[in-house]
Formats: sequence, structure tokens, C-alpha cells
Amino acid sequence: MSARLHLGVFYPGVGPQFLWDDPSNAPHTEIDTAVAVARTLERGLFDAFFLGEGLRVRENRGRVHALDIAGRPDAITQLSALAAATSRIGLVATQNTTYNFPADLARRLASLDFLSGGRAGWNIVTTDNAWTGANFRRGGRFPHERRYERAEQFVEAALALWSGTAEVARHTDLVGLRATPTVPPSPQGRPVLFQAGDSDGGRELAAKYADVVFSANTAYDQALAYAEDLRARLARYGRPAGAVRILPGATVVLGDTPADAAERAEDVRRRQITPQRALAFLEQYWGRDLSDHDPHGPLPAVEPVEGELGPSRGTISIEDRTGKLDRIRRWRELAEAKKLSIHQLVLEVQPRQHGFVGTPGRVADEWAHYVRTRAADGFVISPHLLPATLDEIVDRLVPELQDRGVYRTGYEGTTLREHLGLT
Amino acid sequence: MTSRSLHVAVELDATADSLSPRALAETVARAETAGFTFVTFPDSPVPPRGGSRLEATTRAAYVSTLTDRLGLAPTANVTTAEPFHLAAQLASLDHASHGRAAWVVAADGSAETLATIGGSRLDPAALHRETADVVEVVRRLWDSWDDDAVVKDTATGRYLDPDKVHHVDFTGARFSVKGPLITPRPPQGRPVVVAADDLAEAARPDVVLVGGTGLDDVRTRAARARAAGAPLVFAELEVLLGGSAPDGPWPRGDRLRYTGSAAGLAELLGWLATGVDGVHLRPGVPGTGLPVLIDEVLPALRGEGLLLPPEPGATLRSSLGLRRPESLFA
Ligand SMILES: Cc1cc2nc3c(=O)[nH]c(=O)nc-3n(C[C@H](O)[C@H](O)[C@H](O)COP(=O)(O)O)c2cc1C
Repeated sequence: MSARLHLGVFYPGVGPQFLWDDPSNAPHTEIDTAVAVARTLERGLFDAFFLGEGLRVRENRGRVHALDIAGRPDAITQLSALAAATSRIGLVATQNTTYNFPADLARRLASLDFLSGGRAGWNIVTTDNAWTGANFRRGGRFPHERRYERAEQFVEAALALWSGTAEVARHTDLVGLRATPTVPPSPQGRPVLFQAGDSDGGRELAAKYADVVFSANTAYDQALAYAEDLRARLARYGRPAGAVRILPGATVVLGDTPADAAERAEDVRRRQITPQRALAFLEQYWGRDLSDHDPHGPLPAVEPVEGELGPSRGTISIEDRTGKLDRIRRWRELAEAKKLSIHQLVLEVQPRQHGFVGTPGRVADEWAHYVRTRAADGFVISPHLLPATLDEIVDRLVPELQDRGVYRTGYEGTTLREHLGLT
Repeated sequence: MTSRSLHVAVELDATADSLSPRALAETVARAETAGFTFVTFPDSPVPPRGGSRLEATTRAAYVSTLTDRLGLAPTANVTTAEPFHLAAQLASLDHASHGRAAWVVAADGSAETLATIGGSRLDPAALHRETADVVEVVRRLWDSWDDDAVVKDTATGRYLDPDKVHHVDFTGARFSVKGPLITPRPPQGRPVVVAADDLAEAARPDVVLVGGTGLDDVRTRAARARAAGAPLVFAELEVLLGGSAPDGPWPRGDRLRYTGSAAGLAELLGWLATGVDGVHLRPGVPGTGLPVLIDEVLPALRGEGLLLPPEPGATLRSSLGLRRPESLFA
């Protein structure tokens, strides 16, 4: 079988990547914007439209974080509205296994799958922390280490509920239910299962159950290493290597020439790391209000508050939440040596995400290489502008991918499972 | 109430109409054209007798982008919901429909229902408290973003005004919720809350549904609900049309039931209009009652000037003449 590239879009809901201040943007929280985007993706023959999940509005020291976009719908509700406004695109809801009840979630997903004619997907996540749990009945009921055990039992219960009409009962210390399914199967049988989460527990969950992984390993070497790791795990569960599609997250900046693209990418990064965001970034590490500091001035002379970072912004990875004093000491040395302001320091030290930057032909070559060497089966794109980023990809990048024979020239099936070439 | 016109809401069959997406879309489009104020989507976590049923909010959301004036009122049960998700789901339905969402509050404390979430039966006192707590926190969550919380101020780099997005800090008998909601304030401020009169004290609905053992009883209960502060009162009426039975309202348990011709029903509704603000019709025979309501009963009411149909683009609140509520936090 020839290599096939699959594309999805991670619709913006939160975070500094999205350039909300650009006057060209349509308001991302409005249904009309989501409908227009989903239709654009169908024009571009995309596999899926994704909604992420964040069950607590991000905060900075007890107040909502003001600098990034915020506000998102309940995913299944919104996707069901989109189901009636579209005909082919897959509709994927990120939904947590900690703060949901299995029978309820399984029933909602099955309803979306049925109404969309077999286009639903469930991106299974396990994000749990007491801070998010404060919004839920289940908040903090079981220990963090057992989140993937709960996830597994949750998924098993959902699969049982989707497999027939018989009552399903589970009574363990992590999952309890007795429920009878009420939703008939869709044309694809059941929703497609996506998994996002990179820890060992996450990879195991993917190897056992996932049809697709939404991965954070985007740079080529990491993507290939991840794909090989996942294929080895699949083999251990007796699943063929082709049973799972691997879709790393991606950002894309196109240009007419390589230099033009690079310049546009640098401009996007500078607009993402605003002076105010640079100060807020330091506030997380300092653990105190730095609003009286000038982002164009020197680093704060005041000492940081002791104690490691809390999860309240929800943006900092676990490993970056520890060792903060050491990190601050290194930043001070760097700022001193290079005479950097707060803003300049943050531009320098904030990790660069791996992104695809180049002419449409160059990015298409790169993506074709990923799929031909089985480092990935496609990408899930996070746009920085709506709808501009996606219009550009559909109009300029998609034809280049088609020319290289790695992308469909029309939908061949109607279900998400068919789009993904899953059996 | 001296007005002689009324709002007509109708229950969409839980099973037959929903068992194909296309049938659901067509039925709802016809109901909208006929002039119903809103449609209700019955639901429960336990299966109906016939077997199949789709989840109500998901069904309502599916038709939200296919309609432009019809109110959409899914049923959601308080005892098996995460109140935070429930608030987000209904707010999202309101956003998707540009302000036409309502919530029919169900409060089921039975062992069978609670078992679906691994819980056990709630006694009447606990059920009352749970209903009051869930409805209260859902309202607070809808209010947790001020209408003007999104400021997009490029000078300060602020997308949100952090003083306009609020923790709700709710503590109930069986759960607590910190807030704010993840979803911005819905277009209607708060979706319309609909509940039967036995839940009215706990749920404080915008629309109270009253049953009764006969027409006089319905009027008495409507007056009582109004005296207790209900903004709008609708009579529940089960309808069996076109049979050979003589026309007339028949009490059936606690709910009024009409059997007979379409013309007779239109006449009965005209009479009811003097005692209630609207009626919620439940076609008794799946799949057959609604077409008669659409083709015969509503045109008859329209002809008499008795029907209050919604205008294109209107929110459900404005169709019902309800004001848009101020936020508790404003
Ligand atoms: C590409 C990607 C997208 C993710 N999207 C979400 C999301 O939208 N919502 C969420 O709660 N978690 C999301 N996660 C988080 C994971 O589910 C997971 O909980 C997190 O990476 C922590 O890792 P661990 O629980 O496997 O240790 C995402 C992860 C990845 C890799």
C-alpha cells in the first residue's frame, strides 16, 4: 500500500500560540467560526477536526490568566452541532477518564457517532490534578498513580457498552456502573479511539486500545523513535504494526521562499511571546506578583518564593516544575552576561516548539519523508490564525501533497474509520 | 391571565424520530415551520421500553445549526450528572443555537438510575437537596463569565479581564464546585430552565409544567405555581389524535390527556389559553401524533390568532417574553 498522509486540526481553545490580537481572526468561541473552519477542512479533504479539553480556566496566582485565549465549548455538544453542518470530516472530542462517568460518556460519544453517520472519535486523556478536580464530584477520589488503571477500566466499560445491547456491570475500587446501552451502532461500529499522553502509562494505553495516537513527538528523530517504540508495544499485545495511525502535533508557517517563511515564523514567535507574557512566564517561576516590573528592564532583583510550581497554569510539564531555583540562577547568569531584558531573556530561553517552516513544496517534501519512512502517518495542526493558517494550508500545501502522491484527491469513504484506512 | 394566545411546545418522540439523523432533521424543521415555541427531548440514563434512544443534549445540538427560531430543550437528570459538565453542555447548546437552549430538569433518585454511575438510591429529602444544589451551581456557572469578560485589549496584552471571570465557590450537600465555567456566558445569559411543578421549589424554573387530574385541577395548580413565583406556566397535555374516541380531555393519572380530533384539540387549547401561558404536548403514539399537530392543530390555532410562534433569529427567552437575567456576579 502506498504511503498515506492523514491530517487533522486541533481547534484553538487555550494557550499563547494563538495570535488573538490579529485583526484577521474570526472569534474562535463562536459556532459560526467552527462551522466555517470544519467546512474549510472538508474542502481540504482532512480526516478530522479535534477539540481539546481543559476543565479549569487557567490561573496565575489565584486569578484567571488574562493574556491567552480562553473559553471553550463542551466538545461533544459542539461537535454534534458541527455534524449537521458537515458531511465527511471526522469529529474528535478530547475527553477525560478521571472526571467523567463511563456510561454517560460512552452514551454521548455513541450518540455523536450515530448522528454524524460514523464520524466520531474520542481522544482519551487522563489529565488529573486536585486543582482541576475542584470542579468535580470525583475530584481527587483516587490517587494520581492509578489514573491509567482507571482509564483502562473506563475504556473497557465503554467498549462493552458499544458492543451490543446487554447490560454492563463493573464494580471495582476505580470504576462502578450498571448500565444498559441505548444507542444503536453507527456505520463505523463505534467511535475511533485516539490517545494523547506520552508517559509510559499513556503509551501502554495506546498500544492496547488506540486506533490513533496524537503525539507530542514531532521532530523527525523523536517521531521515528516514538513510532518504533509504539510498534514494539503493539507487537507485545499481538496487534499488527499498521493497527495504529500516529499523528504528531504540528505548527506550520508557509512562505513564498525559504527566507520569507523563516521571517514569518520568527514574526509569529515574537508575537506569541509578548512582553506581558514574558513577565507572566517569570511570575510562574518567581511565585509572586511581578507586575511592577518593566518587561523591557532587568530581571527581578527580588528573590523567588520557595516551593515548586503548582499546576495552576496547566502549561508547564512535570519535569519543568521542579528545580526552579537552579533554573532561575542560570537565567540570571545568562541575562547578566548578554545584557538581556526580561522580554529578551524569555525570547531566548522559552523552548522553541518544533514547527514546519518553509515553502509549500519544501514542507510537502518533509511530510512525504515522514510518512514514507513510517516516522508518522500524518499530523494534527495547531493554527495560529483562524481561518488564515488553514486557508493557506488547504490552498497551498494540500495540492503539493497531492502532487507527491501522499494525499487523497477525494474522500473514498464516509466514516472516520474509513478516512484513516483502519480496518 | 387574560391573554388568549399561547406558546405551544412539543415533546419529540424519544425513539422513532431520532433513529435516523435525517428523520430527526426533517421532523425538527417541520416543527419549526409549524410555529412551536420549543421542542423537548426526553431522556433518562436507563433505556426506554422500546430499547433505543440517543442522548438528549447531543440530539438537540445536532439540530441547532439546522434551525433558527425553535427553542431546543433537552432533558437532563441532575443525580447522574457532573454539574460542571452539565453547565458547559447547556451553555454550549445555547452558543451553538445562538440563544435557543433550554433545560428540562429531571430528578431521578431511583436505584436503577444511580447505578449507572455506581451510586445508590436517594431518599426524597436527599433528592430535593441534590436538585436544588445542581440547579443552583449550574446557574452560578453560567454567570461565572461576565458578558464583557473578553476584552482583547492589545495595549495591555489582555484577552480577558481577570476581574470579570469568577470562581463560584459552591458547596452543596454532596459535591462542591470551584469554577469558573470553561465556557463563556451563553447568549441568553442563562438557558431557560423548565421543570415540573413538583420540582419547582428546588429548581426555581423559568417555565413550570403543571399536570392535573382535570381541567379545573390544571387551572388550580397553574394559579398556585404562579403565586409561588413562576414566571411562566405551561400545562402538560398528552394527546391521542384521530382515534374513534369522543373528543375530550381525560385525566390519566396525574397528567391531562386529550383523545379525539384535531379540531377538538384546537378548541381545548383555546380554552386552556385563558389559564396558562402555554402547553407542552406529548403525542401519545410514537411517530403519528406530531404530523397531525403540525398539519392540522397548529394551523387551526394560527388561524384563530391563538398561537405565539417565534420569530426567525429570536432567542428562546425573547420568544417567551422572558428577560435576559443579570449575572449574579455583575
Ligand atoms: C498532543 C497532545 C495533546 C493533548 N491534549 C490534551 C487536552 O486537550 N486536554 C487534556 O486534558 N490533556 C491533553 N493531553 C495530555 C495527556 O492526556 C496527558 O494527560 C498529559 O500529557 C500528561 O501525561 P501523563 O498523564 O501521560 O503522565 C495531551 C497530550 C498530548 C501529547
